Amino acid sequence: MNAPLLEVEHLTMRFGGLVAVDDLSFTAMDQRITAIIGPNGAGKTTVFNCLTGFYRPTVGRLTFHGRFGPVLLEREDGFRIPRHGIARTFQNIRLFAHMTALENLVVAQHNHLMRASGYTVLGLFGWKGYRAAERAAIERARYWLDRMGLLARADWDAGSLPYGEQRKLEIARAMCTQPKLLCLDEPAAGLNPRETAELAELLVEIRDREQIGILLIEHDMSMVMRISDQIIVLDYGRKIAEGTPEQIRTDPVVIKAYLGEAEDEELPEEVREDLARLGGGA
Amino acid sequence: MLYFLQQLINGLTLGMMYGLIAIGYSMVYGIIGMINFAHGEIYMIGAFISIIAFLLLGVLGVTWIPLALLLVLLIAMAFTAAYGWTVERLAYRPLRGSFRLAPLISAIGMSIFLQNYVQLLQGANVKAVPPIITGGWILAEQDGFAVRISNVQIMIILLTLVLMAIFSWIIANTPLGRAQRACEQDLKMAALCGVNVDRTISLTFVMGAALAAVAGLMATLYYGVVDFFIGFLAGIKAFTAAVLGGIGSIPGAMLGGLLLGLVEAFWSGYFTTEYKDVAAFSILVIVLIFLPTGLLGKPEIEKV
Repeated sequence: MNAPLLEVEHLTMRFGGLVAVDDLSFTAMDQRITAIIGPNGAGKTTVFNCLTGFYRPTVGRLTFHGRFGPVLLEREDGFRIPRHGIARTFQNIRLFAHMTALENLVVAQHNHLMRASGYTVLGLFGWKGYRAAERAAIERARYWLDRMGLLARADWDAGSLPYGEQRKLEIARAMCTQPKLLCLDEPAAGLNPRETAELAELLVEIRDREQIGILLIEHDMSMVMRISDQIIVLDYGRKIAEGTPEQIRTDPVVIKAYLGEAEDEELPEEVREDLARLGGGA
Repeated sequence: MLYFLQQLINGLTLGMMYGLIAIGYSMVYGIIGMINFAHGEIYMIGAFISIIAFLLLGVLGVTWIPLALLLVLLIAMAFTAAYGWTVERLAYRPLRGSFRLAPLISAIGMSIFLQNYVQLLQGANVKAVPPIITGGWILAEQDGFAVRISNVQIMIILLTLVLMAIFSWIIANTPLGRAQRACEQDLKMAALCGVNVDRTISLTFVMGAALAAVAGLMATLYYGVVDFFIGFLAGIKAFTAAVLGGIGSIPGAMLGGLLLGLVEAFWSGYFTTEYKDVAAFSILVIVLIFLPTGLLGKPEIEKV
């Protein structure tokens, strides 16, 4: 139950002179929610892009204990990564806008269907195995639509759904690939407080019922603190802290780098004295 | 009136062939956003393979016309599809992710290469084929003018309709079709859903080439003459048809093909045959100026 699911070792990603991720190591556990937080530009999304084959890491090893045993993600072609059991969503929603909600979820089961259809040739002749597989795919799609409360929207074009529902549909699509690790890039962005609370509940439910690991990038601290089992804090591409929500909440390094910078009254003592002196001198 | 009907029949026949070629342009553009200028040559190769297949079947003694036609159709589709696949694999895939103009230049090079390749192998002479499907029907007759529809024309129209139906069904209902539509909207996201993007693109070229092969076979039967240069004009006209219908849209390609065929037929029938290409390409210019997304094309929405 508590086996490591994803082991990131010494991950470094350079773009020319810019080091987006610098010697990052961490382990995400199976059936746990691991959150990656950090200020904008800290390299969080770059980590996701390395995991899902968008970027090839400059240095580092990414071991994923996937459906067919351990696999080194940095050596895989992008389109094979879903087969090992990694799914992801995006900060800016990337649904297939001109397909229906249901079709979006069926596309996510493409591998399975292609194999069942004998790469379409047999599917064309209405081969039995294919029809059964397609029924199963539609069944799974409807199940996830239902869980997201989107069943009534099944035949809508994905692009015409309201924003909050598009977010849900994207998670549903990721779940339809039957992942072992679900990577969510700011799933609460643009949601109102009630929707965010629902989302938090949903993620905990997915972790417990589907028994999968979740890797979460999120700026909504109340949600991160409430549902994460483990938090990793990045700043300028480096890991500056790691621990449980309680540990992170009280970590002075984190407060300085991240939580503290928005609030004036938490300025260090010396700075406040300096400011006072400046004010007095004027 | 009867004259009009006759031109309508001729235009439809021509338009069906343009439409079949135009689909190849439109599908490829839809998925990887490039104009495959070698597609006209693929059509020409389809025509040559049809002739070779007819001759071979003749030697083998397959003389029952429906069977021979069916075999030629399958052979031409299969071999031309292999050409389509090879062209994509050799000339376009290595350039994917390169700058936008690179595959376009490569396509023009491929087009010149294929023309010369066929010219060297088959000679520069015009190849004539004896009429294979003969006969026809007189639909109406008045004052010595008869509206005729030949069996070849009937075959062209019916075969195109059947192929279009099969093809639309594949796009709408099979995993391959869904993958193609997904790739058309977002290549990277499709890959994240487990779609093998490279294979999907290859199969798109294969499908486009197979349809062009059918058009090549039809041209062989309809005109009875083929040479290594027919791909150029047919290709550019089919491209015009694809732009007219809205490039990237498959029903648009068919509609554009039909309209272009009708314009050409009516222009030749009522004005002059010499200027029919001028009419066809004027349409290209006018559409590009006034209706850049074509009749059924979707306006490009900036992705953020």
